[in-house]
Parts: sequence; C-alpha cells; structure tokens
Amino acid sequence: MTAPERDDDHRAVSLRALAAERSVIVCAGAGGVGKTSVAAAIAAHAAHQGRRAVVVTIDPARRLADALGLDGLTNEPHPVPGPWPGSMHAAMLDTKATFDALVSRYTASPAQTQRILRNRFYRNISHALSGTQEYMAAEKLYELHAAERFDLVVVDTPPTRQALDFLDAPGQLKRFLDHRVYRLMTSGKRGMTGVLNRAGFAVLRTAGRLVGSSVMEDAIAFFAAFEGMEAGFRERSQQVHRVLHSPATAFVVVTGPQLDTVTEAAFFLRRLHEEGLDAAALVANRVTPRFVDRRRGDRGAATMAALEPLAAGDGPLAGLAATVLELDALADQEDAVLDQLGQLDRGAGGDGPATAAPPAPTPLRVPLLDHDVHDLDSLEELRRLLFEA
Amino acid sequence: MDPSEFFTASAVHIVAGKGGVGKTTLTAALGLAAASLGLEVLLIEIEGRGGLPGLFGRPTLHYREERLGERIRARSLRAEDALVEYLSDHGFGPLARRMIDTGLVEVVSRGAPGMKDILLLGKIKQLERAGAADVILVDAPASGHAVTFLRSPRGLLDAVATGPINSQAREVLDLLTDAARCQVLLVTTAEETPVNELVETAFSLEDEVGLHLGPVLVNGLLPDRRLPADVRRAGRRAGVELDTDLRLVLERASSYVRRRVEGQQAQLDRLADLLPLPRLTVTQRPCAGLTRAELPGLADELLTALRAA
Repeated sequence: MTAPERDDDHRAVSLRALAAERSVIVCAGAGGVGKTSVAAAIAAHAAHQGRRAVVVTIDPARRLADALGLDGLTNEPHPVPGPWPGSMHAAMLDTKATFDALVSRYTASPAQTQRILRNRFYRNISHALSGTQEYMAAEKLYELHAAERFDLVVVDTPPTRQALDFLDAPGQLKRFLDHRVYRLMTSGKRGMTGVLNRAGFAVLRTAGRLVGSSVMEDAIAFFAAFEGMEAGFRERSQQVHRVLHSPATAFVVVTGPQLDTVTEAAFFLRRLHEEGLDAAALVANRVTPRFVDRRRGDRGAATMAALEPLAAGDGPLAGLAATVLELDALADQEDAVLDQLGQLDRGAGGDGPATAAPPAPTPLRVPLLDHDVHDLDSLEELRRLLFEA
Repeated sequence: MDPSEFFTASAVHIVAGKGGVGKTTLTAALGLAAASLGLEVLLIEIEGRGGLPGLFGRPTLHYREERLGERIRARSLRAEDALVEYLSDHGFGPLARRMIDTGLVEVVSRGAPGMKDILLLGKIKQLERAGAADVILVDAPASGHAVTFLRSPRGLLDAVATGPINSQAREVLDLLTDAARCQVLLVTTAEETPVNELVETAFSLEDEVGLHLGPVLVNGLLPDRRLPADVRRAGRRAGVELDTDLRLVLERASSYVRRRVEGQQAQLDRLADLLPLPRLTVTQRPCAGLTRAELPGLADELLTALRAA
C-alpha cells in the first residue's frame, strides 16, 4: 500500500513533535472515526520515545479495552506492557467516581460529603447527565497532569458535539453558581421564610407540580448541601482552564474521509478557535488506500493507463482492474472532501452565515487497514502509520 | 416482504446505531423509498445535531415542519420547544415562558434524567396519534444515547410517581412497546465494534424497554467480486502481459479487498449468530460525500433488499 501523493512528511514530523514535547494531548472528533485508537497510538509513541505516557479513554471498543488491559471503568491507570523504553498506562474514565472525588475534595466535613453523595439529584447529575462526562474528562486530565506521575496525558473525548464544552466548564460553572435559580433554591432551604418572593415561590411550586415535588425537594437539598463549596469548585475549574489553554497542551482533531465526519471536524476546529485555541494536528483516519503510487510520475501514470483497458475486458482480471480504478476514484473524492474542510463549517449554531474559517492543519492521512484495530499489534501498525509514514 | 407492508407495519420507525455507520443517510433513503411507494413521510431529527438537512441541501431544519420533496416532510425536535408546547397545552400557560427563561427547567431537568427525552418522545407520540404521516422516521441519537433516550419513560415512571410527566411517560411507553405502532431499525456496518454495539443495543431495547425490533440494516457493504488471488494466473488466462508494476498493484489491491471482504463476512456471520433478525444490506457507495444525488440509488437498493427479504 502506498502513501497518498501529497507530501505529508512535515505533518508527521509535527505529530511526532507533539508526542515528544507536549504534556497534554486532547483528541476530538465524531464517533466512529477511530479516535480512541489514535489516542492510544499517540501514547504508545511517546512511550517509544522514552516518555511516561497515559491514555484516558472514554468507552473504547471492547477488544481494544481488553488489549489495553482495561476491564471495565477504572480511573486508576493500568500499565500496558510493550517494547518501549518509556511506559504506557491506560485508564477508562469513571465519570461518577471522578465527580465523587471532586466533591469530597471540597466539602468541609465527611457529613457534608455524605449528604451530597447520597442526594438523589446529585446521583442523577453525576453519571447520567450529558455534559458531566465532558466535564469529568477535563477534571481527570487535570488530576493526572497535576500529579506529575506522567510526562504525557492523552485524552480521548466523548463522541458528541458537546465534547469540547468542557473548555468552557469554568464559565458554565460560574454561570450556574451565579444563576438566580441556584440562589432561589439555596434561599428556599431556609424554609420559605419570606426570603423567597412570591413570584419565585410560584415558579418553584409550578415546577414541582410538573416534575413531581420529590424531584424539587432533592434539588433544593442538593443546592443547600453544596453551599460553601463554590469557591473551591471555581478555583479548580480555573486551574483546569489554565492547563487546557497552556502551550503544553495540544488538540488533535480526528476525522474520517467522509463528508459527515469532515463536517464534524470543521465544527470542532471552529469550536477550538472560538476558545482561542487551534488544533495542532488533524488526522484523517481510515482513508481509502491508493494502490498506484502517483508520486512515481510516468511509471504511476503508465500503470493507471494500463488499468483502463484491462478493466474494460471480461473475467476476474477485469474485475480486479476495475476495483483498483474505483478505489482510486474514491480516494480522489475523499481528497476533495478533505480539501473542503476550511469551507464546510456553517457556524456553531448550524444555521448562521459562515464567518472567517479557522485555520485547518493539513490532514495527516492514515489508510483504512484491511482489519480492525483491536489489539496491540494493530495498534503498533497504526502508530507506525501515524508517526513513521 | 412487500415494502409497503414493511413501511406501514407501524407508523413510527426509530432508526438507531453507532455513530458513523450511516444512520442518518439510511433514514433519508428509507424516507425516499417510502415516498416512492406513495406513502406520506415525516422525517424527524432530534435536537438538531445530525446531517439530515444537509442530505436535502438545507442548512438546517426547524421545529416547524417543512416540505423537503414530494411526499416528504421533515422537522427538528428540540426539547425546549416541545416543553413550551407541552406546558401551554397542559394549563401551565402563563408560567411556561418564565420557568424556561429563569433556567429553572434547565436546572431541574438535569436532576431528573430523561425529562428532556420524554418531552421529545412525547411529541413523537403526539404526531403519531394525530396521524401526521403514514411513515414517521426518527433519526435517533447515536446508540449509547439511543438506549438512554428510549429508556427514559421507564426511568421516569419510577422517579416521578404522579403528575403530568408520569402520564406522559406511561403514554410514551405504550407507544414504544406496541409493535403495531412503533419499531426500531438498527443500523450497522459489517465491522466488529459496530456489530458489538448493535447487539448490545438490541438486547437493551428489547429487554429493558420492550421495543419491537425490525430488520437490521447493514450499511456500506463491500461487494464480493471474487477477485483472483493469483494475479499472474489470471493474467495468463486473460492472455494479458502484466509488467511488474502493474502486477504488484493488482496483487496488493486484490489482497486488501479480499481480506476486507473476508473480515466483513465474518462479522455478518457473527451478527447472524448473535441476533437472529432479518437483514437488509446496502453496498458501499463509491463516493465520499453522500449528497441528495446518491439517495435515490440507495432507496432503490433498500426496496430491492426489502422485496428479497
């Protein structure tokens, strides 16, 4: 299988530089593009370079998880054995345990910890809620980074459009804590002793009528128990924010070659740009391989020319020649789709007019393999394609 | 089976699958196929996160219904719009806007998971009851989220014992568990991870929610052209002289395609073992950017597969 015709070499060097120099790498992209495999391959490469690397994955495919020695959710990094001078560890984000640990860190007493951890409203938001997973991925990243046990922390983000919302977690938390509802509820626990104005009370009562009064009671109890912890939470999210925005952190956007995943990649590039960050690398994973090496000039052209009459004939050889031409045409189309990357995004809202497109790094193309990446051998193959192409 | 019977066996068809397997594309193609049979189709996108409008050359869809083509309409359901509508329909009128504007609903719905989902499903149920179309195709969230989404009424029945949300959950569950009103079409590719997720999703939906599963849609299948392994021999048979460059290209391509075809056959066999459901297969489109121009071909292929099933 030959490399694509364009010169990707300088890109490969830059991904190498990221794995060698940065201390945090965040991989973002649509579901199904092989983000987890790419994240694991980056960590493996850093281990090859003698660094201590850890990859934090979110819901990896089962066989890849097995290969990485991950047996279910585990926040504690497990060593992944490999032929490297450095070390590689892997962890699978346990959202709830991460949230519990964060709460315990900022409570004033074990009693307050228990009040929060046992609260039904808290239990619901701490694992089932969209957004919590993203927030906790950032928290885990920060924790592993701050512990200085590893030289490089690679994080795989959840496969949702909201994956990068954690970039603004401090802002979201601040808005939440400053929110009038929060203030309404924390004053509500003082027993509706007239602190609450009549209109506020009516709203709470109506909401209770809608969702059930026990849900409201749980919510009010949660906010009451949370009192006094805001400062700690705020400070923590500012620390996370600083790490994410530090020059030691790099974002890698992973895409497939199809229009839908490329559109998602464009969305992520814009989202990063809005936060004042830019993707350091773009990986176009699972592109259709080219079998005719066009970099070989006349010889490549001669092979292409010879395929056409062959494909026009009958029999097995004609079918094979036609297949090669089809794959080559598909690769051309994928290149055209990837080239459009800068123009695809329609703005974060989806319907706004496109403003200046954020800079899109040249994609580093990784060919679709003829087998799944689900064991350490195929992970090594992916690593070579990413770093040694 | 008769394609019309398939489409009218239930009004609501929920299309679900892992991200990246082509769920949205097949939702659109199913819509086109049903419309070509003379059925009125309503395509539903959830929370505006999919590529459905793009397939019809539109930047976006709205809560308000729009016509996309002959006998095809579409709308995007958002929980907030569904909530405003629900509240004003249920006598919460004057307070509805205020509850939303203060953010109270946002905060509380975080604490009672499934609240947003039940509003969306409740709207789908209302459309089904109102006979909005012969075929209502729902482009569901990606599989992990699809399970959470469709499990929401069961969860809420436990969490909220009385009141309007409870009755809403009950009515939605009635819809989801009635094979004559609703079925789930699971989409996958013939690859290991999507197949694993599909099987897990299938069992969760069937056992935990009681949903009825329709045929499995296998997307992007590489056709088995029985490519020759021995290229030299194939060349001799065809009476063609192959130079080394050409022969190497053909050998590498043959080995690559044959290994992928073998791999996908192994996954299809595994799928058949793990999940004995009828199967509709769609071959890989020779294009990277699927647009409206490709949809009729896909729709035809689905109709052929349905007739053969």
